[in-house]
Amino acid sequence: MKTRKRSNAPIFWLLFGGGGMMAALFGPMLVFITGIAVPLGLLLPTGTMSYPNMLAFAQNFIGKGFIFVVIFLFIWHAAHRTFHSAHEIGIHGGPLTKLMTYGVAAVVTVIAGVVLLGLGF
Amino acid sequence: MSEQKIIEIEVLRYLPESDQAPHSEVYKVPFTDDMSVLQGVQYIKDNFDGSLTFRWSCRMAICGSCGMMINGVPKLSCETFIRDYYPRRISVEALDNFPIEKDLVVDLSGFIEKLEAIQPYIIPKEPRTVEQGEYIQTPAQFAEYIQYTSCINCMLCYAACPHTGLDPDFVGPGAMALLHRYNMDSRDGGQAQRMELAASEDGVFVCGATGYCSEVCPKKVDPGNAVNINKINAAKDYFLRFLSPKGGAK
Repeated sequence: MKTRKRSNAPIFWLLFGGGGMMAALFGPMLVFITGIAVPLGLLLPTGTMSYPNMLAFAQNFIGKGFIFVVIFLFIWHAAHRTFHSAHEIGIHGGPLTKLMTYGVAAVVTVIAGVVLLGLGF
Repeated sequence: MSEQKIIEIEVLRYLPESDQAPHSEVYKVPFTDDMSVLQGVQYIKDNFDGSLTFRWSCRMAICGSCGMMINGVPKLSCETFIRDYYPRRISVEALDNFPIEKDLVVDLSGFIEKLEAIQPYIIPKEPRTVEQGEYIQTPAQFAEYIQYTSCINCMLCYAACPHTGLDPDFVGPGAMALLHRYNMDSRDGGQAQRMELAASEDGVFVCGATGYCSEVCPKKVDPGNAVNINKINAAKDYFLRFLSPKGGAK
Protein backbone atom coordinates (compact mmCIF):
# COMPACT_ATOMS: atom_id res chain seq x y z
CA MET A 1 0.00 0.00 0.00
CA LYS A 2 1.33 3.43 -0.81
CA THR A 3 2.59 5.53 2.08
CA ARG A 4 0.76 8.76 2.64
CA LYS A 5 1.94 12.04 4.04
CA ARG A 6 0.00 13.34 7.03
CA SER A 7 -1.80 16.56 6.21
CA ASN A 8 -1.02 19.68 8.26
CA ALA A 9 -4.51 20.95 7.49
CA PRO A 10 -5.85 20.46 11.06
CA ILE A 11 -3.94 23.57 12.22
CA PHE A 12 -5.46 25.76 9.51
CA TRP A 13 -8.81 24.02 9.62
CA LEU A 14 -9.18 24.65 13.37
CA LEU A 15 -8.21 28.32 12.97
CA PHE A 16 -10.72 28.50 10.11
CA GLY A 17 -13.41 26.85 12.23
CA GLY A 18 -12.67 29.07 15.23
CA GLY A 19 -12.78 32.16 13.04
CA GLY A 20 -16.01 31.04 11.44
CA MET A 21 -17.62 30.59 14.83
CA MET A 22 -16.38 33.99 16.04
CA ALA A 23 -17.60 35.63 12.84
CA ALA A 24 -21.01 34.03 13.21
CA LEU A 25 -21.32 34.94 16.89
CA PHE A 26 -19.89 38.45 16.88
CA GLY A 27 -19.56 39.59 13.26
CA PRO A 28 -23.05 40.95 12.61
CA MET A 29 -23.22 42.72 15.99
CA LEU A 30 -19.78 44.26 15.48
CA VAL A 31 -20.87 45.56 12.08
CA PHE A 32 -24.00 46.98 13.65
CA ILE A 33 -22.20 48.65 16.56
CA THR A 34 -19.14 50.01 14.75
CA GLY A 35 -20.71 50.69 11.35
CA ILE A 36 -24.29 51.73 12.10
CA ALA A 37 -25.22 52.28 15.74
CA VAL A 38 -22.29 54.44 16.85
CA PRO A 39 -21.87 56.64 13.73
CA LEU A 40 -25.63 57.29 13.54
CA GLY A 41 -26.05 57.63 17.29
CA LEU A 42 -28.65 54.86 17.38
CA LEU A 43 -29.21 53.24 20.77
CA LEU A 44 -25.65 54.06 21.85
CA PRO A 45 -24.24 57.47 22.86
CA THR A 46 -22.13 59.06 20.10
CA GLY A 47 -19.00 59.04 22.23
CA THR A 48 -19.10 55.28 22.74
CA MET A 49 -16.14 54.67 20.46
CA SER A 50 -14.18 57.80 21.30
CA TYR A 51 -10.40 57.44 21.48
CA PRO A 52 -10.18 57.44 25.30
CA ASN A 53 -12.96 54.86 25.52
CA MET A 54 -11.38 52.56 22.96
CA LEU A 55 -7.92 52.98 24.46
CA ALA A 56 -9.29 52.01 27.86
CA PHE A 57 -11.03 49.03 26.26
CA ALA A 58 -7.78 47.93 24.59
CA GLN A 59 -5.86 48.35 27.84
CA ASN A 60 -8.28 46.22 29.77
CA PHE A 61 -7.18 42.60 29.97
CA ILE A 62 -10.49 41.22 28.65
CA GLY A 63 -10.92 43.98 26.03
CA LYS A 64 -7.39 43.35 24.75
CA GLY A 65 -8.07 39.63 24.53
CA PHE A 66 -11.36 40.19 22.70
CA ILE A 67 -9.81 42.53 20.11
CA PHE A 68 -6.94 40.11 19.53
CA VAL A 69 -9.19 37.08 19.15
CA VAL A 70 -11.54 38.90 16.77
CA ILE A 71 -8.69 40.13 14.58
CA PHE A 72 -6.54 37.01 14.46
CA LEU A 73 -9.29 34.39 14.12
CA PHE A 74 -11.16 36.45 11.50
CA ILE A 75 -8.03 36.87 9.39
CA TRP A 76 -7.11 33.15 9.60
CA HIS A 77 -10.66 32.28 8.63
CA ALA A 78 -10.46 34.64 5.64
CA ALA A 79 -7.03 33.32 4.68
CA HIS A 80 -8.16 29.70 4.65
CA ARG A 81 -11.32 30.52 2.73
CA THR A 82 -9.36 32.56 0.18
CA PHE A 83 -6.75 29.80 -0.17
CA HIS A 84 -9.43 27.22 -0.93
CA SER A 85 -11.47 29.51 -3.17
CA ALA A 86 -8.30 30.19 -5.17
CA HIS A 87 -7.86 26.43 -5.59
CA GLU A 88 -11.46 26.15 -6.77
CA ILE A 89 -10.98 28.77 -9.49
CA GLY A 90 -7.77 27.16 -10.68
CA ILE A 91 -5.07 28.95 -8.69
CA HIS A 92 -3.47 25.99 -6.98
CA GLY A 93 -1.75 26.22 -3.64
CA GLY A 94 1.85 27.07 -4.39
CA PRO A 95 4.22 28.96 -2.06
CA LEU A 96 2.99 32.32 -3.40
CA THR A 97 -0.68 31.52 -2.71
CA LYS A 98 0.26 30.36 0.79
CA LEU A 99 2.26 33.53 1.38
CA MET A 100 -0.59 35.72 0.16
CA THR A 101 -3.14 34.00 2.42
CA TYR A 102 -1.65 32.27 5.47
CA GLY A 103 1.43 34.51 5.31
CA VAL A 104 -0.70 37.66 5.48
CA ALA A 105 -2.73 36.15 8.33
CA ALA A 106 0.45 35.36 10.26
CA VAL A 107 1.78 38.91 9.78
CA VAL A 108 -1.54 40.46 10.83
CA THR A 109 -1.61 38.19 13.90
CA VAL A 110 1.88 39.33 14.95
CA ILE A 111 1.10 43.01 14.32
CA ALA A 112 -2.16 42.78 16.27
CA GLY A 113 -0.40 41.06 19.16
CA VAL A 114 2.52 43.49 19.28
CA VAL A 115 0.35 46.61 18.98
CA LEU A 116 -2.12 45.41 21.62
CA LEU A 117 0.65 44.53 24.06
CA GLY A 118 2.36 47.87 23.28
CA LEU A 119 -0.75 49.73 24.46
CA GLY A 120 -0.03 48.55 27.98
CA PHE A 121 -2.44 47.54 30.70
CA MET B 1 -55.44 4.65 -26.85
CA SER B 2 -53.72 7.95 -26.18
CA GLU B 3 -51.29 9.43 -28.65
CA GLN B 4 -47.74 8.06 -28.44
CA LYS B 5 -45.44 10.57 -26.73
CA ILE B 6 -41.89 11.05 -27.98
CA ILE B 7 -39.00 12.29 -25.86
CA GLU B 8 -35.64 13.45 -27.21
CA ILE B 9 -32.74 11.82 -25.40
CA GLU B 10 -29.30 13.29 -26.03
CA VAL B 11 -26.62 10.75 -25.17
CA LEU B 12 -22.93 11.47 -24.75
CA ARG B 13 -21.22 8.89 -26.94
CA TYR B 14 -17.57 7.86 -26.84
CA LEU B 15 -16.14 4.95 -28.79
CA PRO B 16 -12.50 4.57 -27.82
CA GLU B 17 -11.61 2.76 -31.07
CA SER B 18 -12.71 5.59 -33.36
CA ASP B 19 -13.40 8.78 -31.38
CA GLN B 20 -10.88 11.42 -30.36
CA ALA B 21 -13.34 12.98 -27.94
CA PRO B 22 -16.89 12.33 -26.70
CA HIS B 23 -19.76 13.71 -28.79
CA SER B 24 -23.52 13.89 -28.40
CA GLU B 25 -26.18 12.05 -30.35
CA VAL B 26 -29.90 12.73 -30.11
CA TYR B 27 -32.49 9.94 -30.29
CA LYS B 28 -36.27 10.29 -30.46
CA VAL B 29 -37.67 7.74 -28.07
CA PRO B 30 -41.36 6.81 -27.70
CA PHE B 31 -42.21 6.42 -24.04
CA THR B 32 -44.96 5.64 -21.58
CA ASP B 33 -45.39 7.30 -18.19
CA ASP B 34 -43.99 4.31 -16.32
CA MET B 35 -40.66 4.38 -18.21
CA SER B 36 -37.41 5.26 -16.48
CA VAL B 37 -34.50 6.99 -18.17
CA LEU B 38 -32.71 3.62 -18.03
CA GLN B 39 -35.54 2.08 -20.05
CA GLY B 40 -35.23 4.99 -22.50
CA VAL B 41 -31.55 4.24 -22.95
CA GLN B 42 -32.32 0.53 -23.30
CA TYR B 43 -34.87 1.41 -25.99
CA ILE B 44 -32.12 3.25 -27.89
CA LYS B 45 -29.81 0.23 -27.64
CA ASP B 46 -32.54 -2.19 -28.75
CA ASN B 47 -33.94 -0.09 -31.60
CA PHE B 48 -31.43 2.50 -32.83
CA ASP B 49 -27.85 1.58 -32.00
CA GLY B 50 -26.82 -1.73 -30.45
CA SER B 51 -23.33 -0.41 -29.77
CA LEU B 52 -24.56 2.01 -27.09
CA THR B 53 -22.88 0.86 -23.87
CA PHE B 54 -23.99 1.41 -20.29
CA ARG B 55 -24.06 -0.45 -16.99
CA TRP B 56 -27.24 -1.59 -15.33
CA SER B 57 -28.54 -4.55 -13.43
CA CYS B 58 -31.33 -4.49 -10.85
CA ARG B 59 -33.67 -1.72 -12.17
CA MET B 60 -34.71 -1.02 -8.57
CA ALA B 61 -32.09 1.33 -7.13
CA ILE B 62 -30.18 -1.23 -5.12
CA CYS B 63 -27.31 -2.44 -7.32
CA GLY B 64 -25.76 0.98 -7.88
CA SER B 65 -24.75 0.28 -11.49
CA CYS B 66 -26.81 2.71 -13.56
CA GLY B 67 -25.57 6.08 -12.30
CA MET B 68 -25.48 8.74 -15.02
CA MET B 69 -25.45 12.51 -15.33
CA ILE B 70 -29.07 13.25 -16.21
CA ASN B 71 -29.46 16.89 -17.28
CA GLY B 72 -26.23 17.54 -15.40
CA VAL B 73 -27.32 15.91 -12.14
CA PRO B 74 -25.88 12.59 -10.97
CA LYS B 75 -28.81 10.17 -10.67
CA LEU B 76 -29.62 6.48 -10.81
CA SER B 77 -31.27 6.24 -14.23
CA CYS B 78 -33.53 3.40 -13.07
CA GLU B 79 -35.35 5.58 -10.54
CA THR B 80 -35.48 8.69 -12.71
CA PHE B 81 -38.60 8.92 -14.85
CA ILE B 82 -38.84 10.28 -18.38
CA ARG B 83 -42.27 11.79 -17.64
CA ASP B 84 -40.64 14.23 -15.16
CA TYR B 85 -38.61 15.79 -18.00
CA TYR B 86 -41.12 15.67 -20.87
CA PRO B 87 -41.46 17.71 -23.06
CA ARG B 88 -37.90 18.95 -22.44
CA ARG B 89 -34.99 17.04 -23.91
CA ILE B 90 -33.13 14.72 -21.55
CA SER B 91 -29.37 14.75 -21.68
CA VAL B 92 -27.58 11.63 -20.50
CA GLU B 93 -23.83 11.56 -19.89
CA ALA B 94 -21.28 9.39 -18.16
CA LEU B 95 -20.70 10.25 -14.48
CA ASP B 96 -18.59 13.37 -13.95
CA ASN B 97 -15.11 13.15 -12.43
CA PHE B 98 -14.40 9.69 -13.88
CA PRO B 99 -12.50 8.74 -17.04
CA ILE B 100 -14.91 7.45 -19.69
CA GLU B 101 -14.25 3.92 -20.86
CA LYS B 102 -17.00 3.78 -23.48
CA ASP B 103 -20.23 5.79 -23.87
CA LEU B 104 -21.83 5.85 -20.41
CA VAL B 105 -19.38 3.39 -18.84
CA VAL B 106 -16.75 4.95 -16.59
CA ASP B 107 -13.42 3.58 -15.37
CA LEU B 108 -13.93 2.38 -11.80
CA SER B 109 -10.34 1.43 -10.99
CA GLY B 110 -9.58 4.61 -9.02
CA PHE B 111 -12.70 4.15 -6.92
CA ILE B 112 -11.95 0.47 -6.28
CA GLU B 113 -8.45 1.40 -5.06
CA LYS B 114 -9.93 3.94 -2.65
CA LEU B 115 -12.44 1.36 -1.46
CA GLU B 116 -9.64 -1.12 -0.75
CA ALA B 117 -7.53 1.54 0.94
CA ILE B 118 -10.09 2.25 3.68
CA GLN B 119 -10.00 -1.45 4.77
CA PRO B 120 -13.78 -1.95 4.52
CA TYR B 121 -14.06 -4.86 6.92
CA ILE B 122 -14.11 -5.36 10.68
CA ILE B 123 -10.63 -5.32 12.15
CA PRO B 124 -11.11 -6.93 15.59
CA LYS B 125 -9.69 -5.11 18.60
CA GLU B 126 -8.05 -8.37 19.65
CA PRO B 127 -8.05 -11.90 18.19
CA ARG B 128 -11.23 -13.71 19.13
CA THR B 129 -11.75 -17.45 19.47
CA VAL B 130 -14.84 -19.44 18.56
CA GLU B 131 -15.28 -20.35 22.27
CA GLN B 132 -15.80 -16.67 23.10
CA GLY B 133 -19.03 -16.84 21.10
CA GLU B 134 -20.71 -14.15 19.10
CA TYR B 135 -20.31 -10.41 19.49
CA ILE B 136 -23.02 -8.73 21.51
CA GLN B 137 -24.17 -5.39 20.16
CA THR B 138 -26.81 -3.14 21.70
CA PRO B 139 -29.40 -1.31 19.57
CA ALA B 140 -27.61 1.94 20.47
CA GLN B 141 -24.28 0.58 19.18
CA PHE B 142 -26.03 -0.67 16.04
CA ALA B 143 -27.61 2.75 15.48
CA GLU B 144 -24.14 4.34 15.44
CA TYR B 145 -23.23 2.88 12.07
CA ILE B 146 -26.35 1.43 10.36
CA GLN B 147 -26.96 4.53 8.22
CA TYR B 148 -23.51 4.22 6.62
CA THR B 149 -24.07 0.57 5.69
CA SER B 150 -26.70 1.67 3.14
CA CYS B 151 -24.08 2.75 0.60
CA ILE B 152 -24.46 0.87 -2.69
CA ASN B 153 -21.20 2.17 -4.24
CA CYS B 154 -23.08 3.91 -7.04
CA MET B 155 -20.51 6.75 -7.04
CA LEU B 156 -23.07 9.49 -7.58
CA CYS B 157 -21.40 11.31 -4.67
CA TYR B 158 -18.07 11.26 -6.51
CA ALA B 159 -19.71 12.68 -9.62
CA ALA B 160 -21.26 15.40 -7.43
CA CYS B 161 -18.09 16.27 -5.52
CA PRO B 162 -16.25 19.34 -6.89
CA HIS B 163 -13.25 18.55 -4.70
CA THR B 164 -12.90 15.10 -6.29
CA GLY B 165 -12.92 16.90 -9.63
CA LEU B 166 -10.08 19.16 -8.50
CA ASP B 167 -8.11 16.49 -6.62
CA PRO B 168 -8.77 13.07 -8.16
CA ASP B 169 -6.75 11.30 -5.44
CA PHE B 170 -9.14 12.54 -2.73
CA VAL B 171 -10.46 9.45 -0.94
CA GLY B 172 -13.91 10.91 -1.52
CA PRO B 173 -17.36 10.83 0.08
CA GLY B 174 -18.43 7.22 -0.60
CA ALA B 175 -15.26 5.56 0.65
CA MET B 176 -15.20 7.88 3.68
CA ALA B 177 -18.79 6.87 4.52
CA LEU B 178 -17.68 3.23 4.55
CA LEU B 179 -14.56 4.07 6.54
CA HIS B 180 -16.81 5.72 9.09
CA ARG B 181 -19.20 2.76 9.03
CA TYR B 182 -16.40 0.42 10.22
CA ASN B 183 -14.87 2.93 12.65
CA MET B 184 -18.23 3.35 14.36
CA ASP B 185 -18.85 -0.39 14.71
CA SER B 186 -18.40 -1.55 18.31
CA ARG B 187 -16.77 -4.78 17.06
CA ASP B 188 -14.10 -2.86 15.18
CA GLY B 189 -10.72 -1.65 16.42
CA GLY B 190 -9.28 -0.40 13.13
CA GLN B 191 -9.75 3.35 13.54
CA ALA B 192 -6.04 4.06 14.11
CA GLN B 193 -5.08 2.02 11.01
CA ARG B 194 -7.63 3.86 8.89
CA MET B 195 -6.56 7.22 10.27
CA GLU B 196 -3.39 7.17 8.16
CA LEU B 197 -5.54 7.58 5.05
CA ALA B 198 -8.22 9.84 6.58
CA ALA B 199 -5.64 12.28 7.97
CA SER B 200 -3.41 12.22 4.90
CA GLU B 201 -3.11 14.83 2.19
CA ASP B 202 -5.59 12.76 0.15
CA GLY B 203 -7.89 12.52 3.16
CA VAL B 204 -10.79 14.41 4.68
CA PHE B 205 -9.24 17.87 4.51
CA VAL B 206 -9.50 17.97 0.72
CA CYS B 207 -13.26 18.31 1.34
CA GLY B 208 -14.57 21.87 1.27
CA ALA B 209 -17.93 20.94 2.83
CA THR B 210 -19.95 21.63 -0.32
CA GLY B 211 -22.45 18.97 0.77
CA TYR B 212 -23.72 18.11 -2.72
CA CYS B 213 -22.57 14.50 -2.20
CA SER B 214 -25.21 13.99 0.49
CA GLU B 215 -27.84 15.73 -1.60
CA VAL B 216 -27.47 13.32 -4.55
CA CYS B 217 -27.09 10.17 -2.45
CA PRO B 218 -29.97 7.85 -3.43
CA LYS B 219 -29.68 5.95 -0.14
CA LYS B 220 -29.56 8.92 2.29
CA VAL B 221 -26.18 7.78 3.60
CA ASP B 222 -25.04 11.38 4.14
CA PRO B 223 -21.41 10.80 3.14
CA GLY B 224 -20.68 14.51 3.65
CA ASN B 225 -21.42 14.07 7.33
CA ALA B 226 -19.05 11.09 7.52
CA VAL B 227 -16.27 13.16 5.94
CA ASN B 228 -16.81 16.11 8.26
CA ILE B 229 -17.04 14.04 11.46
CA ASN B 230 -13.69 12.60 10.45
CA LYS B 231 -12.19 16.06 10.06
CA ILE B 232 -12.78 16.42 13.79
CA ASN B 233 -11.37 12.93 14.42
CA ALA B 234 -8.33 13.66 12.25
CA ALA B 235 -7.75 17.02 13.96
CA LYS B 236 -7.97 15.36 17.39
CA ASP B 237 -5.55 12.71 16.20
CA TYR B 238 -3.19 15.38 14.86
CA PHE B 239 -2.88 17.17 18.19
CA LEU B 240 -3.45 14.34 20.65
CA ARG B 241 -1.27 11.71 18.99
CA PHE B 242 1.68 12.79 21.13
CA LEU B 243 -0.32 12.09 24.30
CA SER B 244 -1.78 8.77 23.17
CA PRO B 245 -0.03 5.71 24.65
CA LYS B 246 -0.24 3.98 21.27
CA GLY B 247 1.17 6.99 19.53
CA GLY B 248 -1.75 7.36 17.11
CA ALA B 249 -1.21 7.07 13.37
CA LYS B 250 2.15 7.94 11.85
